[in-house]
Amino acid sequence: MFDIVDAQFLAPDVKRFRIRAPKIAARRLPGQFVIVRVHAQGERIPLTIASSDVNEGTVTLVVQGIGRTTKQLNELETGQAVHDVVGPLGRPGEVHKVGTVVVIGGGVGAAIAYPTAVAHHEIGNQVVTILGGRTRDLVILEDEMRAVSDEMIITTDDGSLGRKGLVVDPLKERLESGWRPNLVMAVGPIPMMRAVAEATRPYGIETIASLNPIMVDGTGMCGGCRASVGGKTVFVCVDGPEFDAHQVDFGLLALRNKTYFMQEKESLERFESKIASEPHRCALDKMLEEK
Amino acid sequence: MSDVKPGQDGGAQEQARPAPAPPAPSSTDGGSPKISAKERMKIPRQKMPEQDAGERSRNFKEVNLGFTAELARMEALRCIQCPKPLCVAGCPVSVQIRDFIQSVAEGDFAGAARLIKIDNVLPAICGRVCPQESQCEAVCTVGKKNDPVAIGRLERFVADYERDNRLQQVMDLPAPTGKKVGIVGSGPAGLTCAADLIRMGHAVTVFEALHELGGVLVYGIPEFRLPKEIVHAEIDGLRQLGVEFVTNAVIGLTDTVDELLQNGYDAIFIGVGAGLPYFLDIPGENLVGIYSANEFLTRVNLMRAYNPTSDTPVFRVQGKDVAVFGGGNTAMDAVRTSKRLGARRAMILYRRSEAEMPARIEEVHHAKEEGVEFHTLITPLEFVGDESGWLKSVRCLRNELGEPDSSGRRRPVPVKGSEHDIPIEMAVIAVGNGSNPIIRQTTPGLEFTKRGTIVADPETGKTTRPGLFAGGDIVTGGATVILAMGAGRRAAKSIDEYLKSGTW
Repeated sequence: MFDIVDAQFLAPDVKRFRIRAPKIAARRLPGQFVIVRVHAQGERIPLTIASSDVNEGTVTLVVQGIGRTTKQLNELETGQAVHDVVGPLGRPGEVHKVGTVVVIGGGVGAAIAYPTAVAHHEIGNQVVTILGGRTRDLVILEDEMRAVSDEMIITTDDGSLGRKGLVVDPLKERLESGWRPNLVMAVGPIPMMRAVAEATRPYGIETIASLNPIMVDGTGMCGGCRASVGGKTVFVCVDGPEFDAHQVDFGLLALRNKTYFMQEKESLERFESKIASEPHRCALDKMLEEK
Repeated sequence: MSDVKPGQDGGAQEQARPAPAPPAPSSTDGGSPKISAKERMKIPRQKMPEQDAGERSRNFKEVNLGFTAELARMEALRCIQCPKPLCVAGCPVSVQIRDFIQSVAEGDFAGAARLIKIDNVLPAICGRVCPQESQCEAVCTVGKKNDPVAIGRLERFVADYERDNRLQQVMDLPAPTGKKVGIVGSGPAGLTCAADLIRMGHAVTVFEALHELGGVLVYGIPEFRLPKEIVHAEIDGLRQLGVEFVTNAVIGLTDTVDELLQNGYDAIFIGVGAGLPYFLDIPGENLVGIYSANEFLTRVNLMRAYNPTSDTPVFRVQGKDVAVFGGGNTAMDAVRTSKRLGARRAMILYRRSEAEMPARIEEVHHAKEEGVEFHTLITPLEFVGDESGWLKSVRCLRNELGEPDSSGRRRPVPVKGSEHDIPIEMAVIAVGNGSNPIIRQTTPGLEFTKRGTIVADPETGKTTRPGLFAGGDIVTGGATVILAMGAGRRAAKSIDEYLKSGTW
């Protein structure tokens, strides 16, 4: 079991966990992930490591409750535990001194982009961060990101925070006016990463995306996470998760991520109806059952 | 029970033959039955009861039900107790087959178990998954004139009898040597190596990347062929001997091999398996509905997706058509699994002919009984998807058999103009595994072949780095459970020598 040292909601349905896993905390590098199983019968889900505290022996994960397992995880509180955490998995992202780096985090992608921003800041690159979300509540890690950024731009779809629009909009505008950063890192929903890739492609600016396919073991054994990059099949868990965004077939990634759409929907419904029905259970019935 | 079919074996390799009423085993309990060689030869090979094919193709319970004590003693009587038993030489771990069979014939099942366990620590597993027909049973003297003695079934019976009756004896261990060995991977190679080393007095820790122990025995081989409970029981036995197990440890990432060496491990055995699935490398292979056998079997076995309310989903095949590409045991496991999940058609598509299939005869036979279709001499060209990207069909060519290739098997030659589409909604690719890159990327100085397997001496398991040993599929490429166990055993012996002598 892996103890949850701290659990806080950052936004509706978005929770930050500090989990005790000293070995992973000591070793992990930006871009790497862990596989988590919430309970003994749970599924294995990949979660990118947002940060770690070597002294405390904890890794920080930011989880958006979308499906059954992530919602179940987000119900856990400080003092509880998750069944399994394994890692650090995947190849670390490469961080070199290149000049100006744009780090773009869409929604909970900000948590995945954060360690990369930290690494680029520490190596001495100029970091321009663009954070975005549908609405103000969904823009997370603003203060943390600001601390490692030379410039910070925030966008929301509804204009409730920062400028109204998508994260790719300010990037596009600046590129059109002649700005040429040396590297762009995009982390977030697939349409966002694809839009960023298309925005930088005409200018030939190196662009990296962190892919989020379905995984099982996370060690190369199953091939479920395969994606197409530059026309070649890659296993995201051992070859990635970071790839040249201009070479990624995002359409295929989106398609493969929908493989279990129906099962996921039903599983979530079962889970939520179970939660909903729990408070209505009569205490008397419970007592009778126990006898 | 209506779903049990006792009686003579009608299996693919064992033709039913008219036999006189066999003599009953001797009534002298525990004593050696008095029976002439001629009488022994008259006893037909005993068939192992199994679940009815129609019934079992809809459940995940074990297909084979195992010998009863009576059947086991009868079968054991067929052994003619050769002075120089060829079967022992035919076994990769040299189990004292003749002697344990003698104990079975005498009704001393616990004694038989003790004899087997001298050489094989995982008999309940080997009795189920070893290809006996190409090992011990292939060289059985009785088999020269008759069907060979059913050694595998007897081994399985003895192991199950011991476990079910809780007769396992806690073995005496020698005084601790003070040496510590780390074992990477809890599959058959690692478990065997661990078992031998702990019995030599060394401290042993086994590291497993997944959350559950057993490697391919739990993620790969299905419940209906090897119940997980059996694997867990064998592992519990090792734990009782003092073997330590650590799950969720991906060596190379969680700890590197070098860190283990720095942190007090005197030697390391690497038995991580093959573990990187090959695909067919044809267009359309990433469409939704196409799995590697590893992924499909892992979802269903390890993650229990055969239960519809499992948290881990698997593609819904009820009423749909499934093609499995390959002709090995893994292909048979995958196709029989898809049948159990409710596939309408469950098909094997294989590029050579049935005679060249590497799968065990028993597995092919069982698959056919369960309604699996075999389509041989087929080369897949392309997977075709529907407008939303889900698999719809596979375009194939027919093959003819040509001249033998480097493997000695006749080469399949595609027939021009024979393109045809087979409608399928799910495909499983079971054409073998390459080598997992994690150890390679994180262990400097360790030499690998072009195929990505570790360079290791087949006799000693020694790698190119002192203190590091390797065995099983990571050395040989995808092979069998028993070959991995043999490698684990040989490595344990040379690790012991290395630890005692201190010389490489």
